[in-house]
Amino acid sequence: MSENPQLNADGSLRHLLTIDGLPSSLLTRILDTAEGFVAVNDQEVRKVPLLRGKAIFNLFFEPSTRTRTTFEIAAKRLSADVINLNISASSQSKGETLLDTVDNLSAMQADMFVVRHAQSGAAHMIARHVAPHIHVINAGDGRHAHPTQGLLDMFTIRRYKGEFHNLCVAIVGDVLHSRVARSQIHALTTLGVPEVRVIAPRTLLPVGISQMGVQVFHDLAQGLKGVDVVIILRLQNERMRGARLPSPQEYFRYYGLTPQKLAHAKPDAIVMHPGPMNRGIEIDSAVADGQQSVILPQVTYGIAVRMAVMSMLAGN
Amino acid sequence: MKIHIRQGRMIDPASGLDRVGDICVAAGRIVAMGEMPADFQPNQTIDAEGLIVMPGLVDLAVRLREPGNEYRATLESEMLAACAGGVTSLACPPDTSPPLDETGLVEMLKFRARNLNRLHVYPLGALTQKLAGERLTEMAELYDAGCVGFSQADFPLVDTQVLMRSLEYAATFGFTIWLRPQDNWLARGGVAHDGLVSSRLGLPGIPSAAETVAVMTILLLMRETGARVHLCRLSTAEAIEMVRQAKAEGLPVSCDVSIQHLHLSEMDLGYFDPNLHLVPPLRSQRDRDAIVRGLADGTIDALCSDHTPVDDDAKQLPFGETEPGATGVELLLPLALKWAQVSGLPLASALACVTSRPAGILGKTCGRMVDGGLADLCILDPQAWWKVTPASLKSEGKNTPFSGYEVQGRVRYTLVSGQVVYQD
Repeated sequence: MSENPQLNADGSLRHLLTIDGLPSSLLTRILDTAEGFVAVNDQEVRKVPLLRGKAIFNLFFEPSTRTRTTFEIAAKRLSADVINLNISASSQSKGETLLDTVDNLSAMQADMFVVRHAQSGAAHMIARHVAPHIHVINAGDGRHAHPTQGLLDMFTIRRYKGEFHNLCVAIVGDVLHSRVARSQIHALTTLGVPEVRVIAPRTLLPVGISQMGVQVFHDLAQGLKGVDVVIILRLQNERMRGARLPSPQEYFRYYGLTPQKLAHAKPDAIVMHPGPMNRGIEIDSAVADGQQSVILPQVTYGIAVRMAVMSMLAGN
Repeated sequence: MKIHIRQGRMIDPASGLDRVGDICVAAGRIVAMGEMPADFQPNQTIDAEGLIVMPGLVDLAVRLREPGNEYRATLESEMLAACAGGVTSLACPPDTSPPLDETGLVEMLKFRARNLNRLHVYPLGALTQKLAGERLTEMAELYDAGCVGFSQADFPLVDTQVLMRSLEYAATFGFTIWLRPQDNWLARGGVAHDGLVSSRLGLPGIPSAAETVAVMTILLLMRETGARVHLCRLSTAEAIEMVRQAKAEGLPVSCDVSIQHLHLSEMDLGYFDPNLHLVPPLRSQRDRDAIVRGLADGTIDALCSDHTPVDDDAKQLPFGETEPGATGVELLLPLALKWAQVSGLPLASALACVTSRPAGILGKTCGRMVDGGLADLCILDPQAWWKVTPASLKSEGKNTPFSGYEVQGRVRYTLVSGQVVYQD
């Protein structure tokens, strides 16, 4: 169980479960492949036949709009057959059913599973279980990883900033509970970004985060000083009041990204957010809709990046 | 039945005996050690040349899964597994279903175990009714029914007033309370050590403070009440240091660790291996080093298997949803030997951690091999290598993080009260 379960013996991608442990050359190849698909998305006929006849199952055990939809669009533009299954947590209380579900769908000759689950490690477990010809894409597992989000964020950064090796990137907010932040951190450090910062109160940072190659800041203005990219994380409703944070108001006051706070970053800094946004809590509308925001392009690029991952998994 | 065990290397950790000789067994007892008396007429001779003859192992934590969890394992299967592991006495935690909180349940368990006629089973009674942490059980009656101590197993005892009262009540009778120290609030929701690996894998963490806060509370209440406490499955360096100081102070405290925590750390979680989902969680390499040292210097009294057979269905889930625990009663001996070898410890010192020292915690005379004593013996081939696989384990539980390991030391015979109960 110690070898990287995502890679084939020849180093090609078998599953995409996490960015942790993937070589920089592979990440770059995915981004380069995605560049080609951006063009497809701008064509009149936005379809290529790379995955014709393949059956892709979107297996969502947790609700999602953006991720599921962009995966669906990506698969359809590759000419695959897409089946969406939204399995709510209530009807799926035990995991035996999870593997039973997977077995049943495999019997329907699935080629690829796109999986979202509330538990960290769920995609790994499914990947361990499926037959060798079936590919698994992790579309978010608990707090662990959301690799396609991490990749589309890298794609966006590269589009706006060109290179990675001279950048300073700040990730602001609930890193502790964020699979997006973990995937971004692995991607940024792997691609050679020299300075990655996380900015959050102590209650929202995991133990030992600095050993993942990031600098820790607790003060937003200080942490934003001179950065090229600001990534704002979503603060989930259930975290806004309790033992980790007293109130959304106090959070906004100290960690919400306002134009004044953004002014500490470089003038040409871009602002990103994985969505869905809580306006007035982690981000001010003036910033979300402002000149420096690239939040909507992130969504658009998500399609090209997911097309790239799917086609590479299918061996193209 | 008279048995002649010929020319084995006799090791008795408690007395320091370590020499080659013969052992004669009759009517359940050892009747001669060293040379066979001329008039001894054995019914069976065991050639133990090249083998070690030692007291049977004493395992302080073996879940037999009866009553209530027979779909996981049965008394029969797990007692056989224990015998195959060279274990001749074991303590079983009260977390059965229903829990061992009534004399009738304890008597039935003892009766069933006796009928299977294999090894000595020492039940731990539930400390509170239904292990709910609210009302005390009838400890004195449970003791009379055969319970050697009282425990919450892995069930929380949140109310510190109940904890204090239970210690006072136990101290009245001189009973030992077995507690796995864990502050329930700090551990809430966690499934792995709150450290680098859980941060990377995005697994909710259990901080070390969940253990140390509880140990401190227990030690303070021990001073207040004078109760004797055995701390189960310590996992942190800090808690071991606290026990070291408490012992120096003279508090009647003892503790154990599991084979998993002796050999593994959080780094072994790999890609969410559900066999590494344990309680307490596997902690850092620093904690593991402290366990290795503490066991060697006697701060930690005993090494146990924390044997917990879990069925496959309960392990084939995302990590956080899997049931914690590992099967291990058959691995206690080889993993004690491995530890001795790796840390350069004298064999007898390592074996004391699985024989005489845990016997002392049970307050029993087992775990020794003396002339005239009960013939609970383990005869092993210390050189034999074997691979841990589902098929190599007799236990119904195949869930072990050591699956695939090559281990050294194979039990050839196990004798309980002078009867061969297992032969390889």
